[in-house]
Amino acid sequence: MTAPAAAASPSVAALRTAFGPAIRRHAVVCGDAIVHVDPARVHDVLAWLRDTPGQAYDYLVDVTAVEYRDQERALEVVWNLRALARAEDLRVKAELAKDGPLEVPTCTDLWRGADWLEREVFDMFGVRFTGHPDLRRLLMWESYAEGYPLRKDFPLRGHFSRAEQTRQALGGPAEKHYSLEELSIAEAMHYLPADMRQRLAEGHHGEVA
Amino acid sequence: MGLIEPTGIPGDPAVISHTSPNWVTTRLDFLMNWARKNSLWPMPFGTACCAIEFMATAASRYDLSRFGMERQSFSPRQADVLICAGRLPFKLAPVIRRIWDQMPQPKWAISMGACASSGGIFDNYAMVQGIDTIIPVDVYVPGCPPRPEGLMYGILLLQKKIQGESVSDEALRVERVVRPDGLFLPAERVDELSEPFGNSVHQTRSA
Repeated sequence: MTAPAAAASPSVAALRTAFGPAIRRHAVVCGDAIVHVDPARVHDVLAWLRDTPGQAYDYLVDVTAVEYRDQERALEVVWNLRALARAEDLRVKAELAKDGPLEVPTCTDLWRGADWLEREVFDMFGVRFTGHPDLRRLLMWESYAEGYPLRKDFPLRGHFSRAEQTRQALGGPAEKHYSLEELSIAEAMHYLPADMRQRLAEGHHGEVA
Repeated sequence: MGLIEPTGIPGDPAVISHTSPNWVTTRLDFLMNWARKNSLWPMPFGTACCAIEFMATAASRYDLSRFGMERQSFSPRQADVLICAGRLPFKLAPVIRRIWDQMPQPKWAISMGACASSGGIFDNYAMVQGIDTIIPVDVYVPGCPPRPEGLMYGILLLQKKIQGESVSDEALRVERVVRPDGLFLPAERVDELSEPFGNSVHQTRSA
């Protein structure tokens, strides 16, 4: 639904002037301004929204993604922005066709706080944020092999049987599921047993025997 | 009294083995079990709202100390009873298994609440469907979460169980470790225990 121009955020008109066809459509839903942009230009748009005087969307509230039940609809990545000084919100969306690569540029260079938000979207939806410094799973463990849990084709109980899930959780050394950072032992490396130290140094996590 | 009459012949049934429940070990059992059941040191493994009820149980109003649980043991190496209070995701399964392995014998486990006992409402991809697929459990406390009275009743049941133990039971202190195939229970048993039930969703798995 396209709202009357009067109701739309003034940022939308400014975005159209600055980016032209890269701004696809916009809407106002429940009072929130939503603007759809070209996935390839999304980093430019976000940087422009953050740095342009008069826009100054300086706070990244959340990065998330939506997959609709309609299989033909694209997967959407959503950035919720807020201009703290004006207390004004803007929601930026980029549609990723499911038959293409699920990739958007990272915005961790604009907001450091996007790091874990993008990791969560990667973990749950499989969207790759190109240029992300450390794109690992966030909520699921590193060796999780069943896919992306919030995708619509993911069964609620997971792909594997409960026995297989339990086997993957219990089998092998516990640290295979976790990275050094996750175990918070990066600085305690020297105190670890030699075999564990070797496994961690060789990066033997993220795989299941 | 004629209970033990050594005949000197090896294998003679009159020779009572050193672990048989004759009257000496029965009184020893009673003393040991009485001491053990009244000095349980709990290792709280609180992951969710059950832990709040556990804290209430341990605090002054309900006062776990009355049952000999004077000291909460936050190190598994000085603990007797593991209380899993809350849901257990697969991500934490290796952690609770390692804590259980670190606890010295004799040790017991209480599964507190619906989620720890069965997965509860979380019949999903991330959640262990009952911690008895990960570690052996002695007492299950139902409830979502159980009130402190419920947990205390579970603790009293565990004390009753401990009072009934016998040193002549050779299966009692056997460490039940994860088997070479990476499972604690046989795979069919895990699947059987994890079947959907009650209001949980019935959906076919794709694998």
